Amino acid sequence: MQPTETTLVERLRHGDGPAFEELLRTHSGRLLAVTRRLLNNEEDARDAVQDAFLSAFRAIDRFDGQASLGTWLHRIAVNAALTRLRTRRRHPEKRIEELLPTFQDDGHQTRPVRDWPDPSAALQSEEAREAVRRHIEELPADYRTVLLLRDIEGLDTEDTARMLGLTVGAVKTRLHRARQALRTLLESDFCEDGSC
Amino acid sequence: MLTCREFVEFLMAYLSDELPAVQRAVFEEHLCACPDCCCYLHTYEVTVRIEKIACGCGDPPPADVPEDLIRAILAARGQPPPQA
Repeated sequence: MQPTETTLVERLRHGDGPAFEELLRTHSGRLLAVTRRLLNNEEDARDAVQDAFLSAFRAIDRFDGQASLGTWLHRIAVNAALTRLRTRRRHPEKRIEELLPTFQDDGHQTRPVRDWPDPSAALQSEEAREAVRRHIEELPADYRTVLLLRDIEGLDTEDTARMLGLTVGAVKTRLHRARQALRTLLESDFCEDGSC
Repeated sequence: MLTCREFVEFLMAYLSDELPAVQRAVFEEHLCACPDCCCYLHTYEVTVRIEKIACGCGDPPPADVPEDLIRAILAARGQPPPQA
């Protein structure tokens, strides 16, 4: 922990109001980006940031300085977003089995697989990025959450398993299925000749 | 001899470099011989890139956090809002 961070934590532990505001102004942008990514809804994202800072303030005595303050806050924000994800009303979801590739008896894929061009140009537009985020929202919640934590927030498999109360094996399986399902959902948007 | 079903099953382990050398060699042998699986691997990797771009991974955090959010959090903590 940096000396300035140690001082800030000490001030927070003593209930110093300006220290809390400093914490807020330093880290709220990054945390808002995290909760926006996880919740894809501005109001929920802001509420989760508020929950995260209030939780952090209450838990500041348990901050052990092993990780940086930013890393600790990131984890709290992810938890706050997960809590909101669990409680908010969900739209009907597809079953994961409907989105996984299918195979013939001899083990070959049922449908021919077509290649996609480099998507970088298409993703320049906010509209295209929003379409991808909507496809992520279509994934079943148990799979979407793992995909968001592992691929988007960059948590490792062990941390993801701990946060979600899963085994490491279950996290790996869900991540692989979530990616395959998302690939299926993106196929019609990105495949080379649009005929997939 | 690996089937396409087995190829897809072990794809993530292959990309994460978790396959033992012998299995990796069998996997790569199938990859060279099967255009469908070659495309599947490529589009699987592209999917991961697409999701990261769409979700703004690596984008800088918003420079201007809404002031009303800062004020709401301070108020929720029972702290007076900053002077404008």
